[in-house]
Amino acid sequence: MNSELLRFSTAGSVDDGKSTLLGRLLYDSKSIFEDQFEAVKTASERRGEEGINLALLTDGLKAEREQGITIDVAYRYFSTPKRKFIIADTPGHIQYTRNMVTGASTSNVGLILVDARQGIVEQTRRHAIISSLLQIPHLVICINKMDLVNFDQTVFDRIREEFEGFASKLDVQDVTFIPISALKGDNVVDRSNNMPWYEGTTLLYYLENVHIGSDNNHIDTRFPVQYVIRPYNDAFHDYRGYAGRVAGGILRKGDKVMVLPSGFTSVIDKIDTADGEIEEAFAPMSVTILLKDDIDISRGDMIVRANNQPTVTQDLELRICWFNDRPLQLRGKYEIRHTTQAARCIVQEIQYKMDVNSLHRNLEDKTVRMNDIARITVRTTKPLLVDSYSKNRITGSVILVDEGTNETVAAGMVI
Amino acid sequence: MNYRLHHLRELEAESIFILREVAAQFQNPVLLFSGGKDSIIVSYLAKKAFYPAKMPFPMLHIDTGHNFTETIDYRDFWVKELGCRLLVGSVQDAIDQGKVVEERGYNASRNFLQTSVLLESLETGKFDAAIGGARRDEEKARAKERFFSHRDEFGQWDPKNQRPELWNLFNARKHMGEHFRVFPISNWTELDVWQYLALENVPLPNLYFAHKRKVFQRDGVLLADSEFIPKRPEEQVMEMTVRCRTIGDVTCTGVWESNASTIEEIIEEVATSRKTERGGRTDDKRSETAMEDRKKDGYF
Repeated sequence: MNSELLRFSTAGSVDDGKSTLLGRLLYDSKSIFEDQFEAVKTASERRGEEGINLALLTDGLKAEREQGITIDVAYRYFSTPKRKFIIADTPGHIQYTRNMVTGASTSNVGLILVDARQGIVEQTRRHAIISSLLQIPHLVICINKMDLVNFDQTVFDRIREEFEGFASKLDVQDVTFIPISALKGDNVVDRSNNMPWYEGTTLLYYLENVHIGSDNNHIDTRFPVQYVIRPYNDAFHDYRGYAGRVAGGILRKGDKVMVLPSGFTSVIDKIDTADGEIEEAFAPMSVTILLKDDIDISRGDMIVRANNQPTVTQDLELRICWFNDRPLQLRGKYEIRHTTQAARCIVQEIQYKMDVNSLHRNLEDKTVRMNDIARITVRTTKPLLVDSYSKNRITGSVILVDEGTNETVAAGMVI
Repeated sequence: MNYRLHHLRELEAESIFILREVAAQFQNPVLLFSGGKDSIIVSYLAKKAFYPAKMPFPMLHIDTGHNFTETIDYRDFWVKELGCRLLVGSVQDAIDQGKVVEERGYNASRNFLQTSVLLESLETGKFDAAIGGARRDEEKARAKERFFSHRDEFGQWDPKNQRPELWNLFNARKHMGEHFRVFPISNWTELDVWQYLALENVPLPNLYFAHKRKVFQRDGVLLADSEFIPKRPEEQVMEMTVRCRTIGDVTCTGVWESNASTIEEIIEEVATSRKTERGGRTDDKRSETAMEDRKKDGYF
């Protein structure tokens, strides 16, 4: 067994072929079962729809099935011998920006669908901007419905050039373009015979082979302490283990480390797991660290290296996506959650809102409503140990929680 | 050095993270145990997550009284293995005390009654988090559910108003009387579960392996012959070699004709199967949105 996990997100509306594409990936990889397929077929017939509506596979909630739209993020799974895939399938409309942001937050790959007949439209730009804001490491642009433009290379090239021109303003590192027909199956799982001019890989080949080994930060050591393990039994009388998930870098037995915010230094005595001791740990492993010295450490502290520390600060510059019906309050107080730490914060300033279709900065209207992207400054009640989001997606991200309703009202990325 | 994890190890790390998060963010969690492979794997991961300490929460079994006897035997064995405390909420007691009324007729099951016994057990124990083994690949309503799934004071799920979950950040804040359901193996598929059980050599109930059993056919599903299911005259009992793909009550758990007698053979069967594991669950077949409807009421 040697297979990796790849998470990718898609966004799209009813008619751009997203469901057809996902349906094909699931069906061709045998991840749709006969009884599911039968159930969808029966449901499609009952609704009087022509053909089989594969969207019914992913749109699981009653309201979604009634209204024929995707409302929430749906997670779908399939695997090939090389990789296991988790798809975060999200709606594409602007009123669901928050769902796209949610799906994108953990993705390795962002899959953007473009209708070859229409080229780059507002929704394409929006998806690309969100992917770039959330720093999805790889983007794959599937130019779909090539069968409806006679598999014409000039159409593909024109769309590609247009996207590249627009993407130059974005922070995207790795973009791949694939001409496909989700309906006919061209370049999805099997190579197309209709586009001999295309020399790249099929979508599935891309998903199976895109290099994701560097998507986790393996340079800057960050270990947020999640839980302190104290067995209180005879066999492990003095055991004091700091359990957590590695957020960055590599921790090795014998390493000199520093604990923040206290600043005490010690040496890693042992990296423990239920399967025994291990020599080194890296993201995203869950392990337990034991130190040589007895230091007072609790949840929310972070184990790092003395020569490579995160920023310790009470003032944060954030790019946020707002999730709630009630707008963001200037001078409002929220709970802020970061790694395994929680504090309170006050919104000091709203610099601007960003138009998620054009990147335009709106400095006049500063009312941040549901689905808005904005840049804000907050001050926290205690210092947080942060990195910029572009350096580390785990130590660079926060959520804001309304202390009255307990709802998660915003996702924030440290600038 | 190649810093990559096998996908099963990455799933394991994610689940352990969630379980530790539960222990850190809640006052009084409980792990729901049904005797099925998913709750076996969750309890197994919980043991790992807090090693060498014991898991810091008890297990709760909602006993319908309609279990396969093998399930209860396994439960008692497994509790000893894990060294944890077991609580039982009994549907039979609730019926005897007149708190709930038994369903009657064809396909009668205590599935629905479990919900009120579950909610009452959570309330009596003052549990603020109930850890479950639901997976998103099982069922379309579950595909949309969060890791930390909020329940109001009536135990209800509101699928349209779920809290967004981003990165590794989980929001467990709640008002008095509300609780959470937490699903650490949300991202596992049936195949992942089996591959992991094989990899880790986890002991399993015999029901999962091929065995001879008296069964009969109803609505295209094979059901075990049992005193709890009144049969129609035309329903003929026959002996077949079968196994369970999921384990629930005798009354609603379909069995499958199978010769898979080792975990490797089960993996082979699951990997090539063209039917979902819940395909044999008559409780899901009551309507197109049976699972969503039950979850809204407070079901697992």
